[in-house]
Amino acid sequence: MSSHEEEDTAPGDDHGTVMDGVRGYAIGLALATLLTATSFWVAASHSLWGPGIPIGLCVLAIAQMGIHLAFFLHITTGPDNTNNVLALAFGVLIVFLVMAGSLWIMANLNHMMPMPMDQMTNMQMQHG
Amino acid sequence: MSSAEVRADHHPHSDPHHLGRIATGSGVHGPASKRIIVGYGFWIFLLSDIIMFSAIFATYAVLHGATAGGPTSQQLFDLKNVAIETGCLLISSFVCGLAMIAAQVRNALWTQIGLLVTGLFGAIFLALELHEFADMIAQGAGPQRSAFLSAFFTLVGCHGLHVSVGLLWLGTMMAQIWAKGFSPEIQRRLLCFSLFWHALDIIWVAVFTIVYLLGAGA
Repeated sequence: MSSHEEEDTAPGDDHGTVMDGVRGYAIGLALATLLTATSFWVAASHSLWGPGIPIGLCVLAIAQMGIHLAFFLHITTGPDNTNNVLALAFGVLIVFLVMAGSLWIMANLNHMMPMPMDQMTNMQMQHG
Repeated sequence: MSSAEVRADHHPHSDPHHLGRIATGSGVHGPASKRIIVGYGFWIFLLSDIIMFSAIFATYAVLHGATAGGPTSQQLFDLKNVAIETGCLLISSFVCGLAMIAAQVRNALWTQIGLLVTGLFGAIFLALELHEFADMIAQGAGPQRSAFLSAFFTLVGCHGLHVSVGLLWLGTMMAQIWAKGFSPEIQRRLLCFSLFWHALDIIWVAVFTIVYLLGAGA
């Protein structure tokens, strides 16, 4: 067991030689560039099935966030990273609840909401 | 703790039951080193910052259609500009990583060059963003125009504010390396700075996808 597995690792810490480090960041940059370019191409392209584009863009964005976490912030699945990963998982849970919850509730409210008050009075005035 | 970096000593029998995974926390090794505690604490801060951003993202997503008869996202956004901004931030993040490698091997010259390039690309990003904001406000599409534009300026402006703060931090880090060299506390601050800078790039990925790409299309 190598020495750096003996304890936890701070997020962002990278153990290895200079060349290992540079290679890691270069791979991260290449993958991130690829995903970004794909995202912009998907958004500009007219040859794709329209309704699928938002889902595709979200998938690409989540993939790119994963690339950034793995190659730039050095969040790994190793035992020395358990604390960092658990904190990240909790953060992701809260982010998901806030985003999905807000969109769901607001869409429901919009759907259930009767006409706004001022439009209602306008209509009453027109009828009366 | 006189020497700032008290690292856990290596005990040959620290894994007596051969679990393969050594207990951490305040177990056999004692408390974790200061670098790990500082890095972890800053990671928690970054996650809380991301949660704050998620609330602003949710607000933007809810208000996206509330244009009050004003300009819509399809009419306003220039994807070419956004692509250049994205490239700047990505290169900036990459060079920041290289600067951290240089800092690990205590090469002051390359660390400073790396940080300078990092800051340069960050400044280009910020200039492009401010130019875009000024353009929109000149067109009469300022934050007062509609709920959609208020949410847009809050979200993208908040990210821009983070980048500005990051640039200030970067400047002070360059001065501190120049004045104090690579002492353990400077190394810890550099670790925190690099985490902050990479996290901003992650938030920008969400911004360009949700605000610009989805906004320009749908």
